[in-house]
Amino acid sequence: METLLEMRNIVKRFGNLVANDHIDFEVRRGEIHGLLGENGAGKTTLMNILYGIYQPDEGEIIFEGKKVRFRSPKDAISAGIGMVHQHFMLVPRMNVFQNIVLGYRTPHDPLINQKWVEERVEALSEKYGIDVALYEVIMNLSVGEEQRVEILKALFRDIKLLILDEPTAVLTPQEVDSLFYALKSMTKSGLTIIFITHKLKEALKVTDRITVLRRGKKVGTVKTSETNERELTRMMVGRDIVLDISKPPREFGKEVLRVEDLWVKDERGNYAVKGVSFSIREGEILGIAGVSGNGQRELEEAIAGLRKVEKGRIILDGQDITNKGVMERESIAYIPEDRIGVGLAPSLSVLENLMLKDFKKYRKGFFLDFDEMEKKARELIEEFSVKTPSLHATAGTLSGGNIQRLILARELSRNPRLIIASQPTRGLDVAGIDYVRRRLIDAAMKGAAVLLISEDLDEVFQLADRIAVMYEGEIRGIMDRKGANYEKVGYLMAGGLEVTA
Amino acid sequence: MVDPGFLASLLASSIRAGTPLLYATLGEIITERSGVLNLGLEGIMITGAFTGFAVSLATGNPWLGVLCGGIAGMLLALVHAFFSITLKANQSITGLMLVLLGLGITGFLGRNYIGEVAFYLDPVKIPVLSDLPYIGEVLFSHDPMAYFAVILAAFLWFILFKTRYGLEIIAAGEKPEAADSMGVNVDRVRYFSTLFGGFLVGIGGAYLSLAYAKLWTEGMTAGRGWICLALVIFSGWMPQRAILGAYLFGGLDVLSFKLQATGVGVSYHLMKMVPYVVTIVVLLFSVIRKRAAFGAPAALGIPYVRGKKE
Ligand SMILES: Nc1ncnc2c1ncn2[C@@H]1O[C@H](COP(=O)(O)OP(=O)(O)O)[C@@H](O)[C@H]1O
Ligand SMILES: [Mg+2]
Repeated sequence: METLLEMRNIVKRFGNLVANDHIDFEVRRGEIHGLLGENGAGKTTLMNILYGIYQPDEGEIIFEGKKVRFRSPKDAISAGIGMVHQHFMLVPRMNVFQNIVLGYRTPHDPLINQKWVEERVEALSEKYGIDVALYEVIMNLSVGEEQRVEILKALFRDIKLLILDEPTAVLTPQEVDSLFYALKSMTKSGLTIIFITHKLKEALKVTDRITVLRRGKKVGTVKTSETNERELTRMMVGRDIVLDISKPPREFGKEVLRVEDLWVKDERGNYAVKGVSFSIREGEILGIAGVSGNGQRELEEAIAGLRKVEKGRIILDGQDITNKGVMERESIAYIPEDRIGVGLAPSLSVLENLMLKDFKKYRKGFFLDFDEMEKKARELIEEFSVKTPSLHATAGTLSGGNIQRLILARELSRNPRLIIASQPTRGLDVAGIDYVRRRLIDAAMKGAAVLLISEDLDEVFQLADRIAVMYEGEIRGIMDRKGANYEKVGYLMAGGLEVTA
Repeated sequence: MVDPGFLASLLASSIRAGTPLLYATLGEIITERSGVLNLGLEGIMITGAFTGFAVSLATGNPWLGVLCGGIAGMLLALVHAFFSITLKANQSITGLMLVLLGLGITGFLGRNYIGEVAFYLDPVKIPVLSDLPYIGEVLFSHDPMAYFAVILAAFLWFILFKTRYGLEIIAAGEKPEAADSMGVNVDRVRYFSTLFGGFLVGIGGAYLSLAYAKLWTEGMTAGRGWICLALVIFSGWMPQRAILGAYLFGGLDVLSFKLQATGVGVSYHLMKMVPYVVTIVVLLFSVIRKRAAFGAPAALGIPYVRGKKE
């Protein structure tokens, strides 16, 4: 197969950080080329350079045998490149039709030839099996539908190369399957695809060749048919990672958290938590399994003190903390599902985020002891391997995995009695998942009680000592890890009732 | 009982008083739709009013005056565009600077023009229709610029929602990174919209001195620029809705004179306050209601920098 695209010796720096470090990247016509790497490896940066969003500091791009220089996405589009970004680029208040034609010259330009567009979209939808409701406003679409709009938007422009940046991160398993199906049919009609992901299984499933990046450098390119998970993992992380974490057996201490007949409402004023009771002891991990949206968020927020309790009691170390403030909750660490919204202040610096809950400790007269704070923050960053350009970088610019490490650093370093961890590894790469899980077990070993809320059954089974299943606001059975199996838990998650009392 | 003759003349002058507001509001709608907030309307309008008056006086051609009023507005908008689009500076501050600049310069240059008589835009009575009782007076006896304002509103609605340019403007104001990634030159769209907006605001000013007030006095915009900013919100950034809003506020303005003339016992000063009170209410209303629901462009006032991580 002939070469369609060649990126040579690409370098891109952001301040001191080298996001792309002399990367060579070659794509052949008609293939699905996987671009694999952990969060922060530089995948998006490389593709943003190709799409004209960033200018490389060094290196050159050869597309269809010609040396090109894309000064803006407009140049890339006219060369025949389309990109579906990790964070969708749709105008929420415009409809699908308007988003598709945005910037496109239809016949009779500047008028928009509605019929012509409709026919063209129709033809594309049919050809690739991608359905969209043309006159629905973007705001009302699900993420899966938004993604289909993004893909159509690119195809509408007669492209030769389609870049998909982590397209599966937001999809359900069924949606992933139909996306892969559509991708295959696109390559059949001659399109070339760059598929960015940090998920090994997906890369192995859908690509022809895979290029792996690690920390801004290219590790290598392999043929998908000639590689396996183990090799790819090693290329991605630089060492073997086995997601098998053993928990040493241990004695549980006294009761840390007791929740009695808890009732909590959601935003709309309906009861989302309906009479939940459980307790967790020192050193114990209680896993709450269940499909998201069954009251988990309301439960964790009530315990963390972010949501009002309507009825029932929350007792922490023997003290009733129901509807009490943060002072009474000093010993709770909260690792929320919504990391950017609740977990940190994205516009503040890394330092400020680390010290968010501890400013009081660093008072020096009227002022804050910044030297001392920076010293402590540096230690934390080291200990939790948070990768950041500097202590003063804005926290929101960190990658997902590093944001989670930052939150862990702040929360776990305060020696909590109770840790609430909600979907703690969602969206993280292998190394990140491994790290977070080890940290949680570590904390439990040191005597903290851990409330783990997760949709990922593997995770619950791996970490929890006891497993509770939440369904429609109720706890549908709490069982010992030893007496539990996937079938039983899955049955309860789907709304089944426990047979034996 | 309200006398129909009084009502007709009130409505007719509401339209005349509302027309400068309509031009300026339409201009600002286009500017804001592209994501640029120009708070300098008061300064741009007064500059347009003065330039129009001076050019008409010098050349004897009020139409040339209107054109030059628009161009003057455009030049001030260019300053705003340069600071807010090219330099990515704080848009509110540049806008407010324009207000001071416009009021200051026209106050200074305009001293010798006070009391002068220039050539004005005259009403054109549309044959037959203008003879209709009452309706003729309200709808068919205005100067051409008054009619044109309504056509312009319809035209801008068409451009915004039915053409590629319109989609590009709206996208630049709602989500510039999305527009950029589809090959739209966001800065260029914003420049164009800001300049065009300034042109219309300038014309609104020129209309004020050449057709509505038919004179030049220092500070004659008297807060109309601010009212137009509220009118933009009032109209939900829709050109067609600006027509009603502008005439309504024009009416409030006129009413204070009329009521005084007919001797109704309401304080003149109190009446003069009405437009501002309504403005405050509109602004409060827009703050209380959610921004998205109410319709402000999502990226209004936010400079766009490509590839910036938030
Ligand atoms: N605009 C930017 N400014 C500063 N740093 C950035 C910017 N974009 C990316 N980075 C940094 O560059 C590195 C690579 O990021 P990215 O290309 O997004 O990784 P990936 O897509 O592989 O997860 C990360 O450390 C990220 O924080
Ligand atoms: Mg990325």
